[in-house]
Amino acid sequence: MRGAGAGQGARAMAAGGRGWFRALALGVSFLKCLLIPAYYSTDFEVHRNWLAITHSLPLSQWYYEATSEWTLDYPPFFAWFEYALSHIAKYFDPQMLVVENLNYASRATVFFQRLSVILTDSLFIYAVHECCRCINGKRAAKDILEKPTFILAVLLLWNFGLLIVDHIHFQYNGFLFGLMLLSVARLCQKRYLEGALLFAVLLHFKHIYIYVAPAYGIYLLRSYCFTANNADGSVKWRSFSFLHVTLLGLIVCLVSALSLGPFLVLGQLPQVISRLFPFKRGLCHAYWAPNFWALYNAMDKALTILGLKCNFLDGTKIPKASMTGGLVQEFQHTVLPSVTPLATLICTFIAILPSVFCLWFKPQGPRGFLQCLVLCALSSFMFGWHVHEKAILLAILPLSLLSIQRAKDAGIYLILATTGHFSLFPLLFTPPELPIKILLMLLFTVYSFSSLKSLFRREKPLLNWLETIYLIQLVPLEIFCEVIFPLTPWKQRFPFVPLLLTSVYCALGITYAWLKLYVSVLTERTSVRQKAE
Amino acid sequence: MEKWSLMTITVLLALTVRWAVSLGSYSGAGKPPMYGDYEAQRHWQEITYNLPIRQWYFNTSDNNLLYWGLDYPPLTAYHSFVCAYIAKLINPEWVALHTSRGHESQPHKLFMRTTVFVADLLVYIPAVILYCFSLKETSAKKKVSSALCILLYPGLILIDHGHFQYPLSLGLALWAVLCLSHDWDLLGSVAFCLALNYKQMELYHSLPFFCYLLGKCFKKGLKGKGLVLLAKLAGTVLVSFAACWLPFGTDVEQIMQVLRRLFPIDRGLFEDKVANIWCSLSVLIKIKNVISPRTQLKLSFAVTFLSLLPACIKLTVQPSLRGFKFALVSCALSFFLFSFQVHEKSILLVSIPVCLIINEIPFMATWFLLVSTFSLLPLLLKDELLLPYAVTTPAFLAVCLASFSILEKTSAEDLQLKAFSLSLKGYVSWFKSFPRIVRSLVSGTGLSDAALPPPQRLPDLFPVAVAVVSCLHFLLFLVYFNVVILWDSKNRGQKKIS
Repeated sequence: MRGAGAGQGARAMAAGGRGWFRALALGVSFLKCLLIPAYYSTDFEVHRNWLAITHSLPLSQWYYEATSEWTLDYPPFFAWFEYALSHIAKYFDPQMLVVENLNYASRATVFFQRLSVILTDSLFIYAVHECCRCINGKRAAKDILEKPTFILAVLLLWNFGLLIVDHIHFQYNGFLFGLMLLSVARLCQKRYLEGALLFAVLLHFKHIYIYVAPAYGIYLLRSYCFTANNADGSVKWRSFSFLHVTLLGLIVCLVSALSLGPFLVLGQLPQVISRLFPFKRGLCHAYWAPNFWALYNAMDKALTILGLKCNFLDGTKIPKASMTGGLVQEFQHTVLPSVTPLATLICTFIAILPSVFCLWFKPQGPRGFLQCLVLCALSSFMFGWHVHEKAILLAILPLSLLSIQRAKDAGIYLILATTGHFSLFPLLFTPPELPIKILLMLLFTVYSFSSLKSLFRREKPLLNWLETIYLIQLVPLEIFCEVIFPLTPWKQRFPFVPLLLTSVYCALGITYAWLKLYVSVLTERTSVRQKAE
Repeated sequence: MEKWSLMTITVLLALTVRWAVSLGSYSGAGKPPMYGDYEAQRHWQEITYNLPIRQWYFNTSDNNLLYWGLDYPPLTAYHSFVCAYIAKLINPEWVALHTSRGHESQPHKLFMRTTVFVADLLVYIPAVILYCFSLKETSAKKKVSSALCILLYPGLILIDHGHFQYPLSLGLALWAVLCLSHDWDLLGSVAFCLALNYKQMELYHSLPFFCYLLGKCFKKGLKGKGLVLLAKLAGTVLVSFAACWLPFGTDVEQIMQVLRRLFPIDRGLFEDKVANIWCSLSVLIKIKNVISPRTQLKLSFAVTFLSLLPACIKLTVQPSLRGFKFALVSCALSFFLFSFQVHEKSILLVSIPVCLIINEIPFMATWFLLVSTFSLLPLLLKDELLLPYAVTTPAFLAVCLASFSILEKTSAEDLQLKAFSLSLKGYVSWFKSFPRIVRSLVSGTGLSDAALPPPQRLPDLFPVAVAVVSCLHFLLFLVYFNVVILWDSKNRGQKKIS
């Protein structure tokens, strides 16, 4: 059933329009090229430094080198990736490959680094193409603009978050998400081994994707290792396939051996691990990612102020840092109990658990897998230790795939994408980039709202009035943070207020979207047709 | 999706591209002592803010006319004054007399870019949107895609938001066309007068406006309604000119000085490497040395006049909106090719009218717009805008390909040459291969675009080559547009319907 649908979709793609897909991909690539002279963050120097480290030092020193403060803290495959890039980089400007050249940013360097992001994004484009082929063409509309595949392609290729994080702020998320989406597409196409291989490779490129590993693990176990279901949809224990488990295990072990093996031989594994998981950093990033801990911190602050006003607390005993907070790494709680890494780990685990159970007990094929993937990403975003605001993309991108299939998911997507993207605004704080981030955000938001609305125009409205009001209020918030606040005298005394407001306000929306998605997944009834699958 | 959300997305996309281009370099960045057009605009702000209005166009101890003296009409000066007022509020150093000369900083660049952005947003873009909505016999989707193509035309974006220039005069001219197409003749002539008073180059468009309105008066009968309309129009033009020139109207010397600044006859036939006929001819004959400046002036005037004549007569005799738009193109092109003291940026005056007819002759219009951007390449290279050029041009081509599927529309009918080819039947058999020739030429231009030969022994080789290639194209286009205009018969519209 689903296979037929996918085939239909693929045929529709082939017949109607390689053209539009190419146009979309080219268009966004051109836009990326235009952004080459834009502002870039310290991540630019991070990656330049990694180019230099991998190019000029032997393997044994990669994870020990500490001339720059931006030490190598990605898994080995990413280091090898930088190594490969560095061999092209030397034709642009060999100076960028010298470890001691801190903050080196000649024009050729900028051009090369930016171009490398743009070109490696072709993997992302290919992955999006594959994802579009997985979408069944049930809703095939005459108008190209209303085809689900077209909308999906725009939502993924022109994703606001990816554009500003990769092509202005500077990171290589594009091809990493490409790997992830490609593995998702392969799983949807029932090419499980390929999907598992891609995900294993991805994990060794950037370990943040371990957040969604439970979804992969359970899904593969449930639909690949057990080859059949009972009539009521529960697992048929006797259909367990040893061969499949062995194959999966082999893939994971081989990839890990390829990546970590050399360091195991050198006896550097502990050093690599300690670089990859720096628990010494604080609970929240410098700018609070809009998650549960942002709300927790804000609550703590509010209670502190309240306590001081009502003389419940002794002002002299309060740690100094907490009052200037928001900008310091170590945040000390005054009223509420402090949070330890272990506590966040437990919270994350508990938050992920129901979604994983759901995937196991209510199998719904690729849709269920995607839901679980998004929930894993969101839950770990909500409760993780030292979460970056950029990690929200890990939930937004897979949710795009769901949003074009069901009106309910589309509503959640709109809330999550809009607040999540808005929470990325503080990444770009330089005045010349202010118009570009607002324009791009408007472009993406207007498109996602109008296209999804027209896609589901026969169903009830995607958002209720409360959600609409919440989203509209982002506009005054932005105006206050960027225009009004800098003109007030508080700017000097409380510079963190705009960041705090943004992250708390967005945290509300993201928490709401998370809960709503959870409720919808848990209460969803498996239809008879899907059971038969 | 709804028409309005599509149009919003189009505008947002256009604005994004504009701002992204403006992140790049500008004319004369970091090149003392003269800098470039950016500094010229900043200098005008300095002059207009600090000096009394009577000294704006005169050479005084505070106003060295050799250093970017004002040489545009009063509206430009007023606009500079307004900008200077805002600049003063933000940072007085930006417009301080004398000391601010050659001022360059990131905040100032941001300010200047914003002024252009705002001007574009308030004047040019609304005109384009309204024009596209007012197109007749087109679906909503076609309207949006024409708007997208027009707004993404790289020439204008690169010159305004890269090189640095205000799109106000072109925007006002567009408003004038828009008004005329709604039969609001008086409002249209006010808008055109404003455009003309913003930049004297708008004279390139003046003849079609004049002929169209005159023809309209003739059509209504010169003894009845037509005369009334003519009188009203003349009155409107006089009043709007008077309003613009009011502060200078106190004595004749002021007006004469402004006019001398606007039309610097002693500057020579052409400057730099412009893609017009004189510059291209000078590859063979050094015209500037052979003929005296007076004769040059007369010669260029005569040739321009002759090349304008057919289209203008046709328009006066048979005034139609369609003919008017085509005449705008061909007259501006004649001026660009043959007139005196042409600047390479003036090709935009041709391009904007071409944009207006992009939905009628998508193939030729796209081709022309690409060539016109190509002809700006030497200028853009000087400003280090190669990257935005190399990005926006193929993007524009892709958009045109997607929205009009231009390559399929190369039959004689699509090129609006049906009537012409019918009248030539029998003589010219090669004419059928015209589309093929055209196609190969386009790809040829594209290739020469792509494989930029670095100038080696001859430093000017590259700009001259660009100029000559573009000039040949423009000559071809001039012939083409004149053919379309002259062979345009009234029953064409009926044919289309059947």
